[in-house]
Amino acid sequence: MAKRFLRWEWLLVALIVVMSVVNTRLSPFFLEPTNLLRASSDFMEIGIMMLPMVFIIITGNIDLSVASTLGLSASLLGYLHNAGWNIWLAAAMALLAGALCGLLNGALIARLGLPSLVVTLGTFSFYRGLAYALLGDQAARGYPEAFTLIGQGRLPGTRVPYALLLFIVLAVIFTLVLRGTRFGRYLYAIGNNEAASRYSGVPVRRIKLMIYTLSGLMSALAGMVLAARFGSTRPDIGSGLELTVITITVLGGVSIAGGVGTMVGASLSLLLIGITRFGMGLMNLQGQVQGIAIGALLILSILLPQVGGWLAKRHVWGRATLLPVGAALLVAVAFGWFFFWSRGLMLAAQ
Amino acid sequence: MLTEKKLAPARSMSLAQLASRFRELGIAAFILVLAALVSLRAPAFLSVDNFRDILLNISILVIVALGQMMVIITRGIDLSVSSMIGLTAMMVSSMLVLFPWLPMPAAILLGLALGATLGAFNGLIIAVGNVPPIIATLGTMSIYRGMVFFYSQGSWVNASDMPEGFRRLAKASPFGVPNLILFAVAVLLLVAFFLRLTRAGRDIYAVGSNPDAARFAGIRAQRVIFTVYVLSGLLAGLAGVLWASRFEAAQTNTAFGFELQTVAAPVVGGVNIFGGSGGVIGVVLGAFLLGVIENSLTLVKISPFWQLAAQGLLILLAVVFDAAVLRRMQKRGS
Repeated sequence: MAKRFLRWEWLLVALIVVMSVVNTRLSPFFLEPTNLLRASSDFMEIGIMMLPMVFIIITGNIDLSVASTLGLSASLLGYLHNAGWNIWLAAAMALLAGALCGLLNGALIARLGLPSLVVTLGTFSFYRGLAYALLGDQAARGYPEAFTLIGQGRLPGTRVPYALLLFIVLAVIFTLVLRGTRFGRYLYAIGNNEAASRYSGVPVRRIKLMIYTLSGLMSALAGMVLAARFGSTRPDIGSGLELTVITITVLGGVSIAGGVGTMVGASLSLLLIGITRFGMGLMNLQGQVQGIAIGALLILSILLPQVGGWLAKRHVWGRATLLPVGAALLVAVAFGWFFFWSRGLMLAAQ
Repeated sequence: MLTEKKLAPARSMSLAQLASRFRELGIAAFILVLAALVSLRAPAFLSVDNFRDILLNISILVIVALGQMMVIITRGIDLSVSSMIGLTAMMVSSMLVLFPWLPMPAAILLGLALGATLGAFNGLIIAVGNVPPIIATLGTMSIYRGMVFFYSQGSWVNASDMPEGFRRLAKASPFGVPNLILFAVAVLLLVAFFLRLTRAGRDIYAVGSNPDAARFAGIRAQRVIFTVYVLSGLLAGLAGVLWASRFEAAQTNTAFGFELQTVAAPVVGGVNIFGGSGGVIGVVLGAFLLGVIENSLTLVKISPFWQLAAQGLLILLAVVFDAAVLRRMQKRGS
């Protein structure tokens, strides 16, 4: 198994190289360090949320509420700032709120044994709803410069953004914890067989409580970085980011079924998606259209490793499969033709 | 022999059935209490008009949530419904702008066909490709939404471009009740008939309660799973047509975030997220509860911004309640 995922990481490296070459051909500005470093800041919030997501998915669970937790803590920051609080005190409260959000997730999942998918789907809307309740339809702005520096500033004398530095430090810590500690090994054990690990003395409940609290805290931290980068907060801040975070984690070779995955794979995947998005930005593709590529990557990352297995089975080529495959192709072609034909008519009419 | 085989699942089903009956009564009681409290503060709540408003507001939700329910019964989830609604709404309205003479049945058929195709793609990835449903539909949610943007290049179809007949499709009430409500009732009856009285419908429950046993019993689980995603897409396609007609617009963000409500209605209504149980009545009650809450927040003049939070809280309460009931029953059983 270890060998298989070593190969997965090499595949990611190869894809990164391919994308970089493609991007360089698209735009001569791609390889300029200034550009790359500036583009990296778009991904640091996602990276910060990805780190605990790797832990959670390794245990076979999921957290859909990360972006909503980000939104709630950033909105709390804005709310307290509007109320005249000191920005650092407000940020501390926001981080605490994020940790509490995670703790609530963890308590419902670990103590009551509820499925993480439903719990975090519920808190996904609960936390985002609280963010709206705090700020309504207004935005909070006018953060002091010392605070916005977290998201916009660079290390003195270099072009390295603070946010990138923060992510790298955190990533190193998370990698060490996952690879080198008993806690990290317990995560894999829970993901491989939760019942067996409980019977062999792994404190499953406490660990789940810890990783969800950690996830809430990191989401809040990502919220601070994002609010600092924007210089303002609206209640819908960061909405939809959970999709990107989960996509990157799964694309990084962390199995959604649990028990498998590395921090290196996930980080490479972050880099790959970052470079791909940057390239699509160079091609002037809208963010939403980029979603097609990200969604396809997510599905392909699970489909492709299976293709070898299918082809190895001889009976795949029998009549029983050719008929449905033919029907599927026919439907796909018909749909594709209709889609492009009507789109052409529509765009011509405008 | 046959009766023996049937008895074993029947006994284990009764526990789940009892739980869902209990749940349905619980929601009905909760709705009554809420209605009583709200009507004290806002007497307008109890008017026929307001009741019709609530039904109109939840009709589309009921249609899509019924598809979602069938998916959840097989232990899956379909997060792409909102994007399928958005894409069919955009494509069908565009067709009607280009060809205003198209009859309404043709528009509905087109919506059904487009939705079923998108659903079949989900079903193929999940049933044949073995991609976990949450990952597959998370992916297609963003693919289909991206296709809406690619299709329209960001522009909207407005009311003024739509033919009169299409704008009236959802709202006209030739039978005394708005068409939209009739569509929801028709879908409800069809799904209830399908689930209770057809073999394919029973197979959905069998696959959901124990996939391995279903396979040994000769049920083609792969085919059943494929089917529920096609049905979910089909109903989302119908919902897309009705959505565009009701709101007289097709936007790039039509139904954005709606998938959450379609999961909330069944989960609140007692459809077990671990598969195998749940029924149409629970889904309708769940959707009705969501509708009543939305309606009463407006009537009692609580900021609409609280609605999302209330909805999330409701899902949490429902699953916590489920877990508590289940635990108590298991204790009594053992």
